[in-house]
Amino acid sequence: MRASDDPMAEFRATFFAECEDLLEGAQAGLLAMQHGRADSETLNVVFRAVHSIKGGAGAFALEEIVAFAHQFETALDQLRTGTLQPDAATILLLLNASDGLSDLVAASRDGTSLERGATDATLADLCALVSDGKADENPTEGFVVTKLSLDLDAPEPPLPERQTYRIDFVPDDALYALGNEPLFLFRALAELGDLEVVADIAMVPEIDKFVPGSSYVGWTLDLTTAASDAEIAEVFDFVDGLCTLRIARVPADRALDPVPCPPPGAQTASAQAPGSAPQEGPVGEPPQTRPEAHLPQASTAAPVAATVRVDLDRIDRLANLVGELVIQQAILTQSIADTGLTRRSTVSQNLEKLTGLTREMQNGVMMIRAQPLKSLFQRMSRIVREASAASGKPVRFSTEGEATEIDKAMIEGLADPLMHMLRNAVDHGLEPPGIRAAAGKSAQGDVRLSAAHRSGRVVIEVTDDGGGIDRAKVLDTAISRGLVSAGAQLSEPEIDSLLFLPGFSTAGEVSNLSGRGVGMDVVRSAIQTLGGRIAIRSETGRGTTFSVSLPLTLAVLDGMIVDVADERLVLPVHTIIETLTLSDDEVGELAPGSSLAMVRGQILALLDLGSALGYRAPLETIAGAQALVIALEGNERVALLVDAIHDQRQVVIKGLRDGFGRAPGVAAATILGDGQVALILDPIEIVAHAGIRAAAPLSSAG
Amino acid sequence: MTAETRPGDDTGRELLSFHVADQNYAFDILSVREIRGWSRPTPLPHAPAYLLGVINLRGTVLPVIDLAARLGMPDRQSTPRDVIIVVTVAETDVGLLVSAVSDILTLPRDALQPPPGPAADPVAAFVSALAAQDGAMIRLLDLNAVIPAQGGAAA
Amino acid sequence: MTTVLAVDDSRTMREIIALTLRGAGIDTHLAKDGQHGLEVLEELAPDAIITDINMPRLDGYGFIAAVRDRSQSRTVPILVLTTESADDLKARARAAGATGWIVKPFDPGKLVRAVQMVTG
Repeated sequence: MRASDDPMAEFRATFFAECEDLLEGAQAGLLAMQHGRADSETLNVVFRAVHSIKGGAGAFALEEIVAFAHQFETALDQLRTGTLQPDAATILLLLNASDGLSDLVAASRDGTSLERGATDATLADLCALVSDGKADENPTEGFVVTKLSLDLDAPEPPLPERQTYRIDFVPDDALYALGNEPLFLFRALAELGDLEVVADIAMVPEIDKFVPGSSYVGWTLDLTTAASDAEIAEVFDFVDGLCTLRIARVPADRALDPVPCPPPGAQTASAQAPGSAPQEGPVGEPPQTRPEAHLPQASTAAPVAATVRVDLDRIDRLANLVGELVIQQAILTQSIADTGLTRRSTVSQNLEKLTGLTREMQNGVMMIRAQPLKSLFQRMSRIVREASAASGKPVRFSTEGEATEIDKAMIEGLADPLMHMLRNAVDHGLEPPGIRAAAGKSAQGDVRLSAAHRSGRVVIEVTDDGGGIDRAKVLDTAISRGLVSAGAQLSEPEIDSLLFLPGFSTAGEVSNLSGRGVGMDVVRSAIQTLGGRIAIRSETGRGTTFSVSLPLTLAVLDGMIVDVADERLVLPVHTIIETLTLSDDEVGELAPGSSLAMVRGQILALLDLGSALGYRAPLETIAGAQALVIALEGNERVALLVDAIHDQRQVVIKGLRDGFGRAPGVAAATILGDGQVALILDPIEIVAHAGIRAAAPLSSAG
Repeated sequence: MTAETRPGDDTGRELLSFHVADQNYAFDILSVREIRGWSRPTPLPHAPAYLLGVINLRGTVLPVIDLAARLGMPDRQSTPRDVIIVVTVAETDVGLLVSAVSDILTLPRDALQPPPGPAADPVAAFVSALAAQDGAMIRLLDLNAVIPAQGGAAA
Repeated sequence: MTTVLAVDDSRTMREIIALTLRGAGIDTHLAKDGQHGLEVLEELAPDAIITDINMPRLDGYGFIAAVRDRSQSRTVPILVLTTESADDLKARARAAGATGWIVKPFDPGKLVRAVQMVTG
């Protein structure tokens, strides 16, 4: 058996190896002291070494070491404070003690037992030395040996009877300054039982009197729980002394009474407010006026739905199996079609039922993986708060659509890009308060984070009410970085999309708020990894919106199946606006290899997909070819030429390894009904890679 | 986990030997996951010539490398008579297209000799040892060199 | 995913913390003293920080003060690892700017709960 099979064994090995280093250091230090070569740090090194050994030994319940090291440490501490003098006798005793500690450690490591009482004399000497300074009756007072165990799932004791507690909680300013968050306390309470939260916002001043970092909101909480008084008090352990706190048991018949009326003139916002309204609150300060956002998963009124906790791995396995089932069913459908059976045959009709069931099952599995965006959005309020504090720009942060559900894997992948976009909104989007005032805006900037379902996708938007993108400056920057040639005529959307170019933002320019050297290109590629798109809308003087559109799940995709150069390819349906068959008089050549089509009065650049992918030489003649019209960012359109367009169907996404197929324009792969692998393309990336837009400035072509 | 080949320590082990074009090669059998018949790979855009594409290996997408092209041999068309050896290297499965699998052999330690220095042979960079078997020379491949860490495709 | 930076000069302690937190699905980064912790913070914006007090180069108190001094981490929750649970240690930790404390030796569940308590 290898050591790594047992994490505890591995820890012990690490611990003993570390002890050797520490003891060596301690002995060297003590010897230096003996020879008068010690400086002020020497004693600290010795102290820390003994202290670390004691800490580690405690984790492994090596009580003998703990007891010995504790006396040793106490003696060293008394030397540090000057209670003890480092005379020759004392140092000699300490050297003996380090030998004794070495022996104890070696004995524990090798599992041998020391000769009984081998270190007792040294321990007694240490005790005597220490008690000269200060008596220490209990050798390990304040240091309880708790054996480290890795069992995180200890069985829970049976539930005692439930009680309702009324908790009055008013944070001091310092509570926020030390990094506490009332929301998390409430969440911990909600885990103990059913929680009702009511915020008292009577103390919130007018905005111009608002002092950032001040606490203006108190809460009254009703907790119905089987937990003990001590367990409830433990939740408030970290904020003890940083708030006004009163915890009292409520008599059973009063448990569901409403919170007493606030004093006249005071406003009370109920935590049970409907979730449909946008949730707003100033940021730069703790979220005083948005108690809704603090609503933990608790409601005494609604019946509790039964839930089961399932390991995510199991769900992933199930999702994979269902994916296989979908593929297998497609294979079956195809082979039955190949036998020439009509759609009316019993086999075909039964197969259709099977197809429907498979689809439903797939949706069902995907729904298990879906989670509301709420927790992600809540984390973001802190980001905005920090950005606001760091930039000195007061911000009102609001969220909308927190209940929108999305694949769990997607939620994790969204955290970083969202964080970056929000920091950008505060840092670059919003103007400084002085400039806002001059423009007739309130000093406090608005940043909004919203989510909504839109035609089978989830759209998440980050909106600020700042000055909008300074396009002249963006263009200048792009030219100076060599990303665009000087004198290029670009439309507004084209200028906006320059922000996404790698190399547009550089470390030197990005403030340390928005992250070092992380530009919007990184945000875009993170979104693309999730199968999403990002777009910008910006209006000078009015603000900017970054809009992210994502598939509901990472596992399946609505794909259009096409043929190109004898290869079958899949294009995401959501990128396709329409399909066309081009006739001769609709096509014209602009330059060799660069063709245009005129479709219903609109000019489209044409891209031969087969040659763009390197599958074949460019087409000789385009007339008669089939084309897919693709929407690019900013309403630009490009027609992709293909040999044939087949049906539209749901495909199961299979990842490709970086370097083994993740070429530009290839998003992933899938397995078709005939068992063949087909690539799933990212048409927008293909167009960008082919450099079509540079060749044909579309907006000026008409 | 399947064991990986360790260059320099592939003596006295069982080897899978196979033909690429008309040459004999072998590598540690512990690297082999399975051997399967030819199926048409789906080509990848802008991939290096030796990366034939991807195939369906029981529901997962497996990249396939044409070993002949990887070893710098002249172009040749892959045929349905070719064989794909699925190997696991650095925790990744990759298919290697070869002409035919010939044998499983156990070579004694002293049958192996280090390859001659950096000769004109373009294959030398991929070969960790040489052995003679029944009068024919067998080259032991260093799979870590054969399979590029990033696949080598255009980024 | 919750991200935590754990600063401790003891390798054993670092490994125990890392295994415990990672086992609970918490992304855990490690630093070997306060100075190293500050270097890591140049590249990382954790949701919480766990720090030992007795460390070479820059001790826990100095580290916390430096963390609170940076605009990016002014309000990040900081948990102090301490071998004593005495009230004056709490007071000292708090005066330095700590959010909470974990008494060593800790049991794994308690460590995870403490992190969850300050990160939500």
